Amino acid sequence: MDSDEDFGMSSEEDVLEDSENDNESADGTDFGIDEPEPDLGYTQKEQVKKEKKTFDTTFKVYHPDDIQAQQDDLIDEVNMILDIRKEDAAILLRHFRWNKERLIEDYMDRPRKVLEDAGLGPSTTGPPKLEVIRGFMCDICCEDEPGLQSFAMKCGHRYCADCYRQYLNQKIKEEGEAARIQCPQDGCKRILDAKSLDLLVTSELQNRYHELLTRTYVEDKEQLKWCPAPDCQNAIECGIKKKDLDRVVPTVACDCKHRFCFGCGLADHQPAPCDLVKKWLKKCADDSETANWISANTKECPKCNSTIEKNGGCNHMTCRKCKHEFCWMCMGLWSEHGTSWYNCNRFEEKSGSEARDAQAKSRVSLERYLHYYNRYANHEQSAKLDKDIFTKTEKKMISLQTASGMSWIEVQYLNSASHALQTCRQTLKWTYAFAFYLKRVNLTEMFEDNQKDLEMAVEALSEMFEKPVDELANPKLKVEIMDKTSYCNKRRVILLADTADNLANGAWEWSNGH
Amino acid sequence: MAFATKRLGKELKKLHESLPPGIELVSAEDFQDWLLDIRVLDANPLYLNQTYRLKFKFSAQYPIEPPEVVFVNTKDRPIPMHPHIYSNGIICLDLLGSQGWTPIQNVESICMSLQSMLTGNSKNERPEGDQQFVANNRRRPRDIDFYYHDNTV
Repeated sequence: MDSDEDFGMSSEEDVLEDSENDNESADGTDFGIDEPEPDLGYTQKEQVKKEKKTFDTTFKVYHPDDIQAQQDDLIDEVNMILDIRKEDAAILLRHFRWNKERLIEDYMDRPRKVLEDAGLGPSTTGPPKLEVIRGFMCDICCEDEPGLQSFAMKCGHRYCADCYRQYLNQKIKEEGEAARIQCPQDGCKRILDAKSLDLLVTSELQNRYHELLTRTYVEDKEQLKWCPAPDCQNAIECGIKKKDLDRVVPTVACDCKHRFCFGCGLADHQPAPCDLVKKWLKKCADDSETANWISANTKECPKCNSTIEKNGGCNHMTCRKCKHEFCWMCMGLWSEHGTSWYNCNRFEEKSGSEARDAQAKSRVSLERYLHYYNRYANHEQSAKLDKDIFTKTEKKMISLQTASGMSWIEVQYLNSASHALQTCRQTLKWTYAFAFYLKRVNLTEMFEDNQKDLEMAVEALSEMFEKPVDELANPKLKVEIMDKTSYCNKRRVILLADTADNLANGAWEWSNGH
Repeated sequence: MAFATKRLGKELKKLHESLPPGIELVSAEDFQDWLLDIRVLDANPLYLNQTYRLKFKFSAQYPIEPPEVVFVNTKDRPIPMHPHIYSNGIICLDLLGSQGWTPIQNVESICMSLQSMLTGNSKNERPEGDQQFVANNRRRPRDIDFYYHDNTV
């Protein structure tokens, strides 16, 4: 079974050879300068090693230790080159959003201005300390008792230690700030450094503070993103920029197995590009239930197309918007109804049938939407059952081992089949959103053929997969399942490659969904 | 509450001693709710000969947290017309939100900021969406995320 290889995203080994380059750009060399189009992995070497698909994105997974180490390295480097304290180097780097080159360049040019802007002001040496000053009154709590411990940064704005602690507690715990906490003085831009914080806050708060600081490192860098899976602490590095998102769908896979889009953070939505996904989700949130209800309970005014609900009363309708008078039953002009007011039997009359045609037309767009929505929702529903399927598979594999005497390795084909079903359904789901916004051109037909092939393959596999254990033990069925699994995966790759190529070339034409 | 009480006690003492022109202390019975009146000092026709009433609400975290400040409507104290003041008295001003607030601000400085906010305004209008906001808002002012997009008024 090599089918897993076919659709796995770039694994660690794919990107290892890029790691040197990646680290360069991670240092921020590309700040403000457009990089050449991201290399989608079509280097000679990689082609020889393993065929890489156009829809595969190059990326790298970082664990919390890696993220910390990267920051420490940068801080050390700046600390050595500029000969400044490590705390100051860290503040400067955060101020420059971790763009080391720009920091060093600017600092060489105008060190005083850089320090001032970053809140480091004119400096005197010496570590921060709490002091007792005679005659001091804290401007925050108005405390002035003798022996009051107070603290001031180099800006000289002095407050009592208690107030400082309260202030930091508020900023760190309640407001989630870390890298840019300023002096409490109104208008003072000086930023609290880590050493001062160590002096002022409890250890519990320090942990939270350092956590938040680490977060800013990832959040500040365009090419880094947190894995959005619950409890996952990894970050992903990927060179895809915001402006590329209409041409690629950068799906990445974290080491925690979560597959998501680097562009928007949502779960893998290939082949649909981010913008389309956003539009579709919004439409579904607004429309789907409402649309169903409208379809079942309302009609449009034959004259102005306003949607009307008849919530009681007779068939004589007067449109509130355009004042058109019509019959609810036949949709014809009310004036032609004569005396048969409460019992319309005029179905064959001309004005009525014309109005009903128009009505039908306006329903088409709604029905078109519902067509795509229902298929999308169906695959989503099936995707939600993924977990069930997976646990069922495991049980099946165990009972199959006992029932047929097959070894563990011999029943792995069920695991592969389950995996293929899940991934393919996820893709299929988004093909329907994709298709909803697609204009009808020649390319669309090819897309729909691909979609149909994949859908049929998936449904067939799904049916085989649900067979009872005694049938599964049949070697013939096993071969069929294995064949179908690899066929599904192949169809998925074909569909994704085709859509990704056309997306990269700007070949798709979009409609607004009507 | 000890934290806020001490500071408010000092502020109150100072307010009793002297107040900037156009600001009057109406009531400060406890350290939770205070009422103050403010007037605009120049001849801005929008606010001429008017007095406005402010209600301050302090939490135990004051002055680390900003106080809640709203205009209140009484018989002879209307809600001033301003593109950042809703007709229910809620004020959209950055220094009253956690982003713009610093513990160095106090009751007096807030009053003065509001005076100058009114003085500098020439638009006889309510914020956009005032009707809807007033009809639907159930949140406390401090929980509302205002957009401080327009700093010209």
